[in-house]
Amino acid sequence: MSVPQISFNDVSRVFPDGTHAVDNVSFSVAAEEFVSIIGPSGCGKSTLLKMASGLMDITGGSIDVDRSSIGYVFQDATLLPFRTVQRNVELFAELHKMPRAEATRLAAEAIELVGLRGFEKKFPKSLSGGMKMRASLARSLTLNPKVFLFDEPFGAIDEITRDRLNTELMQLFVRNQFAGLFITHSISEAVYLSTRVLVMSARPGRLIAEFAVPFEYPRTESIRYTPEFARLTGAVNDALHSAYVTTASASPQARVAVGGAR
Amino acid sequence: MTIQDRGDIVAGSLPPDAAHDTDKALVLAPIERDAPKAVKEPFRPIKVIGPIAVFGLMMGTWYGARLLLAPYKRFVLPPPHRIITKAFLFETKDGVPVIRNAVFKATWLDIKVAVVGLSIAIVLGVLTAVVMSMAKWLEFSLWPYLVALQAIPILTVSPLIGAVMGYSQAPRILVTVIITIFPILSNTLFGITGVDPGFHDLFTLHGSSRWTRLTKLQLPAASPAVFAGFRISAGLAVIGAIVGDVFFRAGEAGLGQQVDVYNSRLNGPATWACIVMAAVLGLAFFAFFAVLESVVVGRWNTTKR
Repeated sequence: MSVPQISFNDVSRVFPDGTHAVDNVSFSVAAEEFVSIIGPSGCGKSTLLKMASGLMDITGGSIDVDRSSIGYVFQDATLLPFRTVQRNVELFAELHKMPRAEATRLAAEAIELVGLRGFEKKFPKSLSGGMKMRASLARSLTLNPKVFLFDEPFGAIDEITRDRLNTELMQLFVRNQFAGLFITHSISEAVYLSTRVLVMSARPGRLIAEFAVPFEYPRTESIRYTPEFARLTGAVNDALHSAYVTTASASPQARVAVGGAR
Repeated sequence: MTIQDRGDIVAGSLPPDAAHDTDKALVLAPIERDAPKAVKEPFRPIKVIGPIAVFGLMMGTWYGARLLLAPYKRFVLPPPHRIITKAFLFETKDGVPVIRNAVFKATWLDIKVAVVGLSIAIVLGVLTAVVMSMAKWLEFSLWPYLVALQAIPILTVSPLIGAVMGYSQAPRILVTVIITIFPILSNTLFGITGVDPGFHDLFTLHGSSRWTRLTKLQLPAASPAVFAGFRISAGLAVIGAIVGDVFFRAGEAGLGQQVDVYNSRLNGPATWACIVMAAVLGLAFFAFFAVLESVVVGRWNTTKR
């Protein structure tokens, strides 16, 4: 395995109101590795990415990463409504003061890569959810980052489109060989895309399980229907269920919540 | 280019395998490649016939209502055609018909006052809003007084302004600025400060300066709100120009003074001519900014008025 591109070393995050969001999380992602984190809502998965990118302060531990080479894809496509697809994809190159011609070239390349050719002059309002996400991906691809952070990028997209986008993202990963860190709620998405799947517990978020996914890249849709895939998703599912139980005994707040639900 | 081609581009950059064939099949099915199309509303005749019918009805009522008035009062409601012939088209000078221009002259004066006043309000309003958005303390300190400025009925201040500044163009312009600046300022401020935090995160991640953030994100994102402010203020600018004039009763006569003079002379057609010009002016200002707005932000703006 090559050198880690991003390492979390005993990372904790306590919010100003005292909420313990993330507790002692340690793991790293190397180049050509794609790691998914899955866990209950509000367990601090997104907080990890915000801390890694510098959008949020770390209150304990440290994160080693080259911040100048991070691609960050949000759940929302965050395309500027007043710019066309082409101009949206050019944005990052523009913000990094690259020459105009270079920005245009990089954008054209990325647009082609995500299959949006022919839509360059469209404004975001006339794109479907899946197309917006492609444009958002293209925008991050222009800078060819070494580390890619994905915060539930396909969470709001219908399942058929989502499966397609999964395949395309996996192909991009194979092509660009970045270190991918992917947050999701979908077990099958996590297993399909990743070299490793990490399971986080409910708040305060801790890593409670790790699964290596043995399938070779590039993967095909058909692996979703193999017994091995089913076995893995089942195991992740079990770990995810225990995530709730473990925390119930570990954290007084969670116990109250579980007790109240009965 | 066909849909099929686009599918090939994505698949083509990578080693082909069986799955790509299934992918192509999916691409062919119009699942998400079909962008929502802008639906053009079909033309409906009622949109033309309706307003024309209402216009006819109003004119009929006008002619009819006139007859209900006692004959000596009928001068307040001259028939519409006489407004055009008597007040706009001709007056006889030594037996020769000439184009009457008193009303047009008054209108031209108001146009100048409204345009200058509105321009000053736009520059001042937008700049103040930008500065306030960058310095919260300034926003907190100034805001109450801006609201107060907006709340003071302009009619009560106009005589004072005239007394202090004289009756030239300047005080009329000031009155116009006072009543037009608030909608521009508040709309711009809310537009700039109301930008989605997700967009700000994007700019933060790429180390953008305040200036970059303002010019590449906040101002363009705020433009629909800014233009809405312009539209509101455009109508107010005409009112401001006329209000100043009515109260000063001095200096060059605008529509405000003219309407007063004609009314006191029991000149019904000329009085109405002033009213019509004031209405046309208000509409023209509003329409100008509505068109400008649709040209500048109409292509991308998703919020419908």
